[in-house]
Amino acid sequence: MKKFILRRLLLGVIVMLGVAFITFFLTRVIPSDPAAKWVGPRATPEQIAKATIDLGLDQPLYVQFFKYMGDLLQGNLGASLRTRRPIMLELQENLPATIELVFISTIAAVFLGIPLGVISARRKDQWVDHLSRLFSVGVVSLPTFWVGLILQLLFFRTLHLFPMGGQLSTEIKLTMEIPKITGFLMFDSLVTGNFRIFTDALWHIVLPGITIGLYPVGLVARMTRSALLEILNEDYITAARSYGLSERIVLWSYALKNSIGSTSTVVALSIGYTLVNTFLTESIFSWPGIGSYIASAVIGLDYPAIMGVTIFSAFSYVILNLVADVIIAMDPRVRA
Amino acid sequence: MQWLMDTRKTLQPGLREVRLSFYLLNRNRLQRASLTIIILLILVAIFAPVIAPYPGHAISETNPDDKLQPPSAQYWFGTDELGRDMLSRVIYGTRISLQTALIAVGLALLVGVPLGAIAGGLGGVVDEIIMRITDVFLSFPPLLLAIAIAAFLGPNLRNAMLAIAISWWPWYTRIIRGQAVSIRERQFVRAARAIGTPRSSIIFKHILPNTFAPVIVQASMDIGGVILTIASLSFLGLGAQPPTPEWGLLISTSRTYFLNAWWYSTFPGLAIFITVLVFNLIGDGFREVLDPKTRKF
Repeated sequence: MKKFILRRLLLGVIVMLGVAFITFFLTRVIPSDPAAKWVGPRATPEQIAKATIDLGLDQPLYVQFFKYMGDLLQGNLGASLRTRRPIMLELQENLPATIELVFISTIAAVFLGIPLGVISARRKDQWVDHLSRLFSVGVVSLPTFWVGLILQLLFFRTLHLFPMGGQLSTEIKLTMEIPKITGFLMFDSLVTGNFRIFTDALWHIVLPGITIGLYPVGLVARMTRSALLEILNEDYITAARSYGLSERIVLWSYALKNSIGSTSTVVALSIGYTLVNTFLTESIFSWPGIGSYIASAVIGLDYPAIMGVTIFSAFSYVILNLVADVIIAMDPRVRA
Repeated sequence: MQWLMDTRKTLQPGLREVRLSFYLLNRNRLQRASLTIIILLILVAIFAPVIAPYPGHAISETNPDDKLQPPSAQYWFGTDELGRDMLSRVIYGTRISLQTALIAVGLALLVGVPLGAIAGGLGGVVDEIIMRITDVFLSFPPLLLAIAIAAFLGPNLRNAMLAIAISWWPWYTRIIRGQAVSIRERQFVRAARAIGTPRSSIIFKHILPNTFAPVIVQASMDIGGVILTIASLSFLGLGAQPPTPEWGLLISTSRTYFLNAWWYSTFPGLAIFITVLVFNLIGDGFREVLDPKTRKF
């Protein structure tokens, strides 16, 4: 198993190198003049020339690539065109809010998606199965950003049940001191015993949480179902059944355990989807996370910021898949 | 990712198999309905100028007297902030979405298919290099690479299509390669090799034509996902630009008004949802009938 994990780690490093190469290619080769973009539309030719030297764009491409890689290794993603602040710093500020959303949707994917998939596989071709399959195909066909708007129309505009957006109500933001330990609002307010802030934050995360969570629940349910159906055809399942083990034990402990590999891959995949889906939904809910950050970077044509988020998300996705593969490696069949 | 690869691996049917699966798809009520809707959507796209009640409203014509009207007999889907008929705009949107999705998938096929054939047909170092490159492309979360590329190419619909093609081709390379590897060892290819046929014509004349069926199935299943991606890019401001009646862009512009004009965002969103849904249902159906483990006779 050690060998497998080592090999997988090595492969992960190679893939990350490739990702870095593609992003480098995108930033340095495609746009006609990064220096002109850096100094802005009203710059003089002298300013552009100076920026070209400052940014090292006059050097040969391979030198630029090594410098770029060196910066990446040190966690330096460059500075934002709009704020001129280090992008890494801005990402760190925006990250907790996004992680909260991704966390909630992953919990939903695991605790709603997997059981839904299991039930669906158990009652294959019965109405529960049809319903749950229709649900899972339905939610992966929904445009996430539209779901956000519809939920706002329904629960904010019509029913006045939930707030339209933001992480906290304005009055709480103004009158109370917001605890800041880890940056995760809900966690911080909970451990400091600020229950009013906690419930307010909880209230605010409901709509964005549902919007973001639908997709992974559907995806995981769908994949769990098909993984299970395949496994239920295996001989050892027939054997287990012929021993007279109850269907519940066969399903939940024999079959599900053996589908854990594909399920963990799908969960990793769904976290990737969720992360990118926050790009489409956070701005709708004025959620102060990475998604809002990249959405405004797109509008402001802040190329370094867009690239920073891209590299960050791609790297976390690669690492996630690595973790999923390590979980699969615990499977004795792979270990061999 | 291994799991996804595996499902794609099961999709290696011959042409006869594809025809059979169409027959099987047609027997399932849900899938027959989906097929019908897809055909209807294609007809709507083709005959948009005839069907749309106000074809002029699709692009430039405005009608400020009737701005933000709720749905009525005159304007079934209501009107937007410039008084344009939403029904006409959604109908033209069908045309844009189907067209751009087809072109994007076509471009991805154009790159992915030959590369896959070369990788699988030649094997060895070339195969290794091409497949490692696809690995890198596939290690980006879905949509992310398209966003980055579209942002750097500059926001317009053409670049959005390019961006999608660039992030999508590796899937086809993988499928074709898998096919090519197995075909490479078949008798007729060996025979061709034995009589000294050049490698390039073995790949492009003997192997490639035999790999088409599964990739066509896969590509048709991908249309839904690509439509969703285009809408998402446009929503972010990286795809179609106003006044193009692209669905994602319609929803994006509706954001200023939707709280007091529910119809503005509702109908374009429903259009995306239904279109993507029917393509996904067909895709699911294909997967089911093509996989011997789940097929029912």
